[in-house]
Amino acid sequence: MLNVGQIEEGYVLDHIPAGKSLSIYYHLQLDQPDCSVAIIKNARSNKMGKKDILKVECDIDALDLDVLAVIDHNITVNVIKDGEIIEKKALVLPGEITNILKCKNPRCITSIEQELPHIFVLADEEKEIYRCKYCEEKYDMTRFE
Amino acid sequence: MKHLMTPLDFSVEELEKLFLLANDIERHPDKYAHDCDGKILATCFYEPSTRTRLSFESAMLRLGGQVLGFSDAASSSASKGESVSDTIRVISCFAHICAMRHHKEGAPMVAATKSTIPVINAGDGGHQHPTQTLTDLLTIRSMKGRLNNFTVGLCGDLKFGRTVHSLIHALIRYSGIRFIFISPEELRVPDYIIEELREKQIPFEEVIRLEDVMGSLDLLYMTRVQRERFFNEEDYVRLKDFYILDKKKMNLAKSDMLVLHPLPRVNEISVEIDNDPRAVYFKQVQYGVYVRMALILTLLGIR
Repeated sequence: MLNVGQIEEGYVLDHIPAGKSLSIYYHLQLDQPDCSVAIIKNARSNKMGKKDILKVECDIDALDLDVLAVIDHNITVNVIKDGEIIEKKALVLPGEITNILKCKNPRCITSIEQELPHIFVLADEEKEIYRCKYCEEKYDMTRFE
Repeated sequence: MKHLMTPLDFSVEELEKLFLLANDIERHPDKYAHDCDGKILATCFYEPSTRTRLSFESAMLRLGGQVLGFSDAASSSASKGESVSDTIRVISCFAHICAMRHHKEGAPMVAATKSTIPVINAGDGGHQHPTQTLTDLLTIRSMKGRLNNFTVGLCGDLKFGRTVHSLIHALIRYSGIRFIFISPEELRVPDYIIEELREKQIPFEEVIRLEDVMGSLDLLYMTRVQRERFFNEEDYVRLKDFYILDKKKMNLAKSDMLVLHPLPRVNEISVEIDNDPRAVYFKQVQYGVYVRMALILTLLGIR
């Protein structure tokens, strides 16, 4: 098993479906802050067969967990402080998300109105369906890439 | 401050108050003739819709108010590239209430978030047209005295017709509603509405021929079947007569069934039934004015 050093403060995002870690890296904008990130791909997992793991050394308030919930709410979020896991956060689909999805309906006002935030509202939690706040275009989160 | 974006923005109780007010306006128009003295309605129509715009303007003028606005995007500052958000901020300085029609879906909602005056969605693309639904509901309620316990036939283009979708959503809030969808295969009600009806256990059936169900309907909502919606000319020719309402089909209907249509009618309702007391589509236009009057008074907080 590959060993990556322990982090002092930050997050360990575990049980990421294999192959999704890079997408999460960019959606969480981890390329922007000045922090150390370890991306572990295709780690062995009893539960999932193969999984990805992300270790992020950062201020524990710095991550937008709503984004993570939208990407995959089955990901385990371990919050690390002083080298210890202090909390395991459960991810729940947020009621409203802003600028994570882009409305693809060409008839939607978001296609012409400058700087209008793309807001989606959770319409069906069980089926993971969001709808555009403006035109109600459906977005199936189980197909989120 | 309240806006109207979809027919479901108002609860059943709020709608009931609105319809009672509309009926009182119908009976005692003079009582309301000066309610909007000194008030201005802006009609911001980014795409032409003469009937809806004139209905709003007539409503405001009958209340003693005044109107200003534009009737197509070319004569508005949108042609210079102004955003909806900026336009409504400006309009808020000129008027006390705004009715907006826009070809882009959700545009009135964007306006509502930036507006300091109530905004009414007067139609946004293929999305919503709430005042048409309020008109339909008021017509049914006024003619029948209730909004529950009906077998409602919806006929024609049920796939693309936003008025049909809105009416279904508005009616399922009332008890004892059963739907019969009458359309060609190509123009069936969208699956998401069918799923919703199944989930809510609202009874419905789908049929191809209007004649087969005429006798069981309490209400018949007609829409136009357009030639360009069909995959081929052969199907259009074969099916089009199924969706034309004429005297022969009316003879199969109950004596107190109502025929509604959002208009404009082209040839889907034969003019020979215009004088049939069951044909209420022109009364519907009149109720459209009353419901818009009631809406303006409600959103301005006057009544």
